[in-house]
Amino acid sequence: MSDPCVLIVDDEPAIRRLLRTSLGAQSWRTMEAETGTSGLEQARQGRADIMLLDLGLPDMDGMEVIRRLRGGGSSLPIVVLSVREDERGKVAALELGADDYVTKPFSMAELVARLRTALRHGLQKEGTTPVFTSGDLSVDLVRRHIFRDGQEIRLSPREWDIMRLLVQHAGRVLTHRHILGQLWGAGGDVQQLRVYIRQIRQKLEADPERPAHIVTETGIGYRLVVTDP
Amino acid sequence: MDDRTDRPDPDALLRQTEKLTGTRQRGHLKIFLGAAPGVGKTFEMLTVAHQMARDGSDVVVGLVETHDRPETAALLEGLESVPRRAVPYRGQVLWEMDLDAILARHPRIVLVDELAHTNVPGSRHPKRWMDVEELLEAGIDVLSTVNIQHLESLNDVVASITHVRVRETVPDIVLNRADEIELIDLTPTDLLQRMRDGKIYAPQTAGRAILHYFSPGNLTALRELALRQTAQQVDAQLVDHMKANAIAGPWAAGERIMVCLTLQDRDASLLRYAKRLADRFHAPWIVLHVETNRDIGNDARAGMAARMHLAQSMGAETVTIPGQDVAADALAYARTHNVTQIIAGRPTPLPWLDWVFPWAWRSTTGQLIQSDGQIPIHVVRAASDDEAELGAARPRAKRSIGPFLSGSGIIAMALGVAMALRQGLAVNNVSLVFLTGILWVAVANGLWPSLWASVLAMLCFNFFFLPPLYTFTIVAPDNVVALVFFSATSVIASHLGARVRSQAVVARHRAEITEALYQFSRKLAGIVTMDELLWTTCHQIATMLDMNAVILLPGGDALHVTASYIPGEALGPSDLAAATWAWRHDRTAGRDSDNLPGARRLFVPLRTGHGPVAVIGLDADRSGPLLDPEQQRLLDALGDQAAVAIERITLAEDLDRARLHAETEKLRGALLTSISHDLRTPLASILGAASSLDSYDALLSAGDRHDLITTIRDEAERLNRFVANLLDMTRLEAGGLAPRKEQVDVGEVVGSALARAARMLVRHTVTLQIDRDLPLLLLDDVLLEQALFNLLDNAAKYTPPGTRIEIDVARADGRLHICLRDEGPGLPVQDPDRVFSKFARLHAADRSRPGTGLGLAIARGFIEAMGGTIGAGNRHGRSGAEFMISFPLTEEKAP
Repeated sequence: MSDPCVLIVDDEPAIRRLLRTSLGAQSWRTMEAETGTSGLEQARQGRADIMLLDLGLPDMDGMEVIRRLRGGGSSLPIVVLSVREDERGKVAALELGADDYVTKPFSMAELVARLRTALRHGLQKEGTTPVFTSGDLSVDLVRRHIFRDGQEIRLSPREWDIMRLLVQHAGRVLTHRHILGQLWGAGGDVQQLRVYIRQIRQKLEADPERPAHIVTETGIGYRLVVTDP
Repeated sequence: MDDRTDRPDPDALLRQTEKLTGTRQRGHLKIFLGAAPGVGKTFEMLTVAHQMARDGSDVVVGLVETHDRPETAALLEGLESVPRRAVPYRGQVLWEMDLDAILARHPRIVLVDELAHTNVPGSRHPKRWMDVEELLEAGIDVLSTVNIQHLESLNDVVASITHVRVRETVPDIVLNRADEIELIDLTPTDLLQRMRDGKIYAPQTAGRAILHYFSPGNLTALRELALRQTAQQVDAQLVDHMKANAIAGPWAAGERIMVCLTLQDRDASLLRYAKRLADRFHAPWIVLHVETNRDIGNDARAGMAARMHLAQSMGAETVTIPGQDVAADALAYARTHNVTQIIAGRPTPLPWLDWVFPWAWRSTTGQLIQSDGQIPIHVVRAASDDEAELGAARPRAKRSIGPFLSGSGIIAMALGVAMALRQGLAVNNVSLVFLTGILWVAVANGLWPSLWASVLAMLCFNFFFLPPLYTFTIVAPDNVVALVFFSATSVIASHLGARVRSQAVVARHRAEITEALYQFSRKLAGIVTMDELLWTTCHQIATMLDMNAVILLPGGDALHVTASYIPGEALGPSDLAAATWAWRHDRTAGRDSDNLPGARRLFVPLRTGHGPVAVIGLDADRSGPLLDPEQQRLLDALGDQAAVAIERITLAEDLDRARLHAETEKLRGALLTSISHDLRTPLASILGAASSLDSYDALLSAGDRHDLITTIRDEAERLNRFVANLLDMTRLEAGGLAPRKEQVDVGEVVGSALARAARMLVRHTVTLQIDRDLPLLLLDDVLLEQALFNLLDNAAKYTPPGTRIEIDVARADGRLHICLRDEGPGLPVQDPDRVFSKFARLHAADRSRPGTGLGLAIARGFIEAMGGTIGAGNRHGRSGAEFMISFPLTEEKAP
């Protein structure tokens, strides 16, 4: 596989220059767009493997870019760049079909990790690896086994469902609404979900108060952290 | 209506609830009731106060009269007293209770002796019980004392027992609303003994008092009255309790008493009788006045208003309805309102008139008695010594002589016509000529002139036409008959004509009022601004009521005159106090009212369902009562319309304010987003570059590294500029910007600003032209450089790379001009100056350029702080913007 190509959609020349330099140094190829319109145009050409999208664009809202892109049937992975306070904007972007988000200001290593995760997901959408491992955790989705430090952990059926969903989207943030919608249909509420997550953490985490695997994205949802073993 | 159901009576429940819960807001009133002076009311009150003080209550003496009784005075020891207020009155100094001081002290309980006391003219309220009302309304509990003879409804009875009419009265409603009444009872023998011992009055006074007022018979009768009153009060409370708890009881159900009050009933005994009757039946009572077109004359109206007021103070519901036939209308009202007993005044003092001229003279009472057999009617005779009591009540006809002269003239004309026709006319037909004249007078001038004309005509007819001519004697019997019939006919004609006239007058008057009200409401509907509305209202009230009007609206803590009929009218302190009182208490205050009657104007709150919205002040140059009942009704109607309109406009203004507020909030949100964006974007670049250098150092080429470091430096500078801008703006907004002026070479400052901006302008060409021999100016170089820098920053952002920026510094017209031109797209044509407003970019929804739009606003702030001006426009002949800074050169001469 050739080097992945990132389409950077941001109106700030300084940010574009920074990304170009930093990503280029790690042999990513970059394309740049200053406006939403030009971003959409370049995305349709199909040369980009992933889009890094700033939500505040001069000509249109970043949300609109996601909406049009997904509306046009594109499955191009999208990572959104946004400011911290805008939780609702992040949730909306994720629900519109963005794959992940990075909060400004960001560290380059984190950005690169997110880009990789999103990219991997874009490639893996059809089949999931049957066994997921991350740190001391290993989850066998087919046999429904879950081990921590080689010790099997027992989960209730509902807990397992949540865990499976997180594993299937490992490394990505899942919004509350998304998890609820997948597992409870219309009937669930966030409070219920929090209780389950706490139970899973009790069994899974070395220190449930400071989880290393299932982290909380405040105001948005949960993320299963992927750490290379 | 059936009161015998077992459901709790809502009214009674409400009264009970008010008594139970309402005491929180309204103070608790306890009255010590005595049969006569000296029974020990004040003594008892003070004893109770001491007990309360011992229990830890906050008790204060508002006013206690000791009457130099040592026992009482001794009891004042150890209680906190609010000092009395000195009121100068007719060369004397009177010491009155200091209501405001008590309200300010706001004790839990206050002692106020002698509820019936009349305050010195000029006090806030004419009567002390009104002061007490205000204390209660302020939530202060009051202990007070009163003697039975001061009770309004017992006034007649007491007068008939003691032969002394008490002038100081307390309305029954005050006693009825008291939460507690304690009867201080002392047998007449004991009281007389105390009196003889000199414990009540000084010995010589006591002797006189025993002879007159304090006779054993009087005291026994008064004691009985007091006992009965207390029993009645207890009874009423019991009935309330039983009704509220749906206990089936023996109370008289469904009694309703109605007083039919006419202008002839000039004394209050009718009302007092009704009150006593109503009390006995525990029945509600209504005082009805049917206002007819005959009730003309301000004095009569004022008297009626006074009696209606009295009735209200005794607890009656007062109703005035317009009508023609008093008896029929009153009966109709009685039937529709389930009245069970009617009370009417005794017929006219000359009852025979009823029978002689039934169509003209028959009294309302007579008609009432004859027309209905269903409702029992009480006929009450006026007490003769009551005449003076409601002094204003006597309608004294102040007739001008004009109508009589014109009546005489018309009869003279009729005489002339009759003389001219006497040859061809039978004597009996001559009378028709006179009758025509009389009718004319009746229609033109009313009843009395036409009766006068009848007499004149009769005399003329006799003198000139009935033989023997030119004498007043009549010989022929048939002529006597003719004269008698002529007289009768002319009186009837006078009466009918006058009635037609007064009906026409009243009808026209009513039609005018209706029309005016209609026009007013239409006018109000079309008004959208408060000023116009208030002025229109003021004008309308002033012209319709023929008096001066001012309207006050609340603003901040106080009321302000917002419209006045006479422009620029201001209120004196007493008027303002009355207006404020009216506003706070939502009741009428000032002239002619019970509250602060010393004010020059009468203040009436304009209220809607949500409480008062404004206060209107009225005054007129004429003396006497300001408003008669009809004007009162008119004022109510006008006031209601105006109040609704004021509320409508206030609501509209509130809505606008809310909209503005929402707009501001939106702007604030946008500002926050923008600032956070502007702060974070450079930070993101800096952090990103730094972390990149940190994490991937090995992967980066030398050029990459340089790139990242440049990014860090540029963005840090940008951040610094932005923070500086924010700080500058804050300084400007806070008003704390004090330029430190010194002699400055403007060219040098321009140069340094350019040098600072050099990095931003690397892709632009800058040309600089500075006049030689420019004087030094007294300026703050730091501020000027910042302003210029912001202009350059702006130019760099908004003009494409490769274009030229020109700077000219020149003197012209005694000023120094710094002109900065660019070759960019230019400014919005319609309002180029707007670029200087704060966050101008936000309004334009323009996010394509970095920056919050503070730079130019700051530039303007700085330049203006130094006494200069700054303007913006578009260049002529080519695209591009032009900014012009200018300073006066007068500073040149400064040493």
